[in-house]
Amino acid sequence: MKRNRVVITGIGIVSPNGVGIPLFLEALKNGESGIRFFPELAELNFSCQVGGKPVLSEGYLEKFLNALEQRKLKSDGIIYGILAALEAMEDADIPLRSNDEPPDWNMGVVFGTGSSGAEKFREAIYQVDDGNVRRLGSTTVPQIMVSGISAYISGKIGAGNWVTTNSSACATGAESILMGYEHIASGKATKMLCGSSGDVGPYIWGGFDAMRVTNWKYNASPEQASRPMSASANGFIPSGGAGALVLETLESAQQRNATIYAEVLGGAVNNGGQRQGGSMTAPNSEAVQRCIKAALQNAEIEPSEIDTINGHLTATAMDATEISNWCEALNRKGSDFPYINSLKGMIGHGLAASGSMETIATILQLQHDFIFPNINCEDVHPDILRQVSEEKIPKQRIDTSVKTAIKASFGFGDVNACVIFRKN
Amino acid sequence: MTSERIYAKLLPILETYLPEDVDADEIDMEKDLTAELNINSAHLVDVVLDVEDEFDIELSNDDMESLRTVNDAITIIQNKLAASA
Repeated sequence: MKRNRVVITGIGIVSPNGVGIPLFLEALKNGESGIRFFPELAELNFSCQVGGKPVLSEGYLEKFLNALEQRKLKSDGIIYGILAALEAMEDADIPLRSNDEPPDWNMGVVFGTGSSGAEKFREAIYQVDDGNVRRLGSTTVPQIMVSGISAYISGKIGAGNWVTTNSSACATGAESILMGYEHIASGKATKMLCGSSGDVGPYIWGGFDAMRVTNWKYNASPEQASRPMSASANGFIPSGGAGALVLETLESAQQRNATIYAEVLGGAVNNGGQRQGGSMTAPNSEAVQRCIKAALQNAEIEPSEIDTINGHLTATAMDATEISNWCEALNRKGSDFPYINSLKGMIGHGLAASGSMETIATILQLQHDFIFPNINCEDVHPDILRQVSEEKIPKQRIDTSVKTAIKASFGFGDVNACVIFRKN
Repeated sequence: MTSERIYAKLLPILETYLPEDVDADEIDMEKDLTAELNINSAHLVDVVLDVEDEFDIELSNDDMESLRTVNDAITIIQNKLAASA
């Protein structure tokens, strides 16, 4: 069966270290942290009192949403997702369908999240418990339904093809891209808006704090708190935001003379089945390796063609295990290992939003020819240095041509997703 | 409260929910809120909540069922205010 080639023609981001592509690109190149101390977390007795929350500049929201749309919209994840999606559409130069036009029957949306509208849900719970259910208004359901984010986005752009929300914990963002890719490759749509977003704040982060998987040792120095691949890594830093990508057929992109950032060569998703050392919270290494190998096979490339890896690398004891899984799956180690970096050093772990924000970082590297720096890993973990040469873990930006990049995300439930991109 | 005064307080509430393609000048007493002013039917419940807050009254399900036009809204509000006076 003939499969369509799929390319990326638009990107948008709402990240803790930069809202909108221009600001994010600058922060990414310079290794700027988006992690801050939150007094609210201290008051609530959180162990980890730092996190990553996007800062919307004055007027940014108004540029994309009118007063009525903003009214009673209390879900960070939905707001971030809409903003990233609309930036990606504008970047791709695809006009939004006006209200009196039919939808674009060939454009769909796969936009993932882990949960939706925590703040709104909290407000609704108080109202219901007080016997005031009639006061919930019309915006409670769309904000707390998990598919709210894709529904809001498709309403804004007028998408008439497949519109859905995927959810696979921290693999959500990478998975959404693969779902959109498959849909276009198999000829069912011409364009797909893909990505993911997530709420921020104590109701989302609390459960992780309780599990002691976040780093509580850097409350006084938030910008140093997220330390992927370092010997001093002590847990991840929770954050949130959104990343969005416009995927379309190569043919469509060429016909409308669009800027092509990269081609999605292929990818894979699988699950460790919570066996062989895998669990609700820890990955089965064989599954991770199988997922990476399956992605290479699907993309029809050799491991030697990979120039750079954007890892999952959350800044826990599992980082060294992840590196050994990459070494095994690619059969590359030492100075033959590709460059590897983790955006989480700068923005923490965006949970469901992480895969899409990290993919945007990868695409920007391809577009602008650089490898972004790993911050906070001056002290690379010795177990990692035993496998990979230190120069492959750049601590300063490297300006170099990057052609082929691989991105993987792993998540609770032993889920894995891996995508491969190439600049042509 | 006179119907003029109620109308003056109701107007900004209705304007909030007008879609972008309907001008505020098009609002008058006889207009049907959803059919003519194009207020999204889901937003009617939000209009009602705003009216309750503005006039310190509570509308019943029956009131909401009988609410079609701007005039209906004024009548309902007037009756509620009279009952609570």
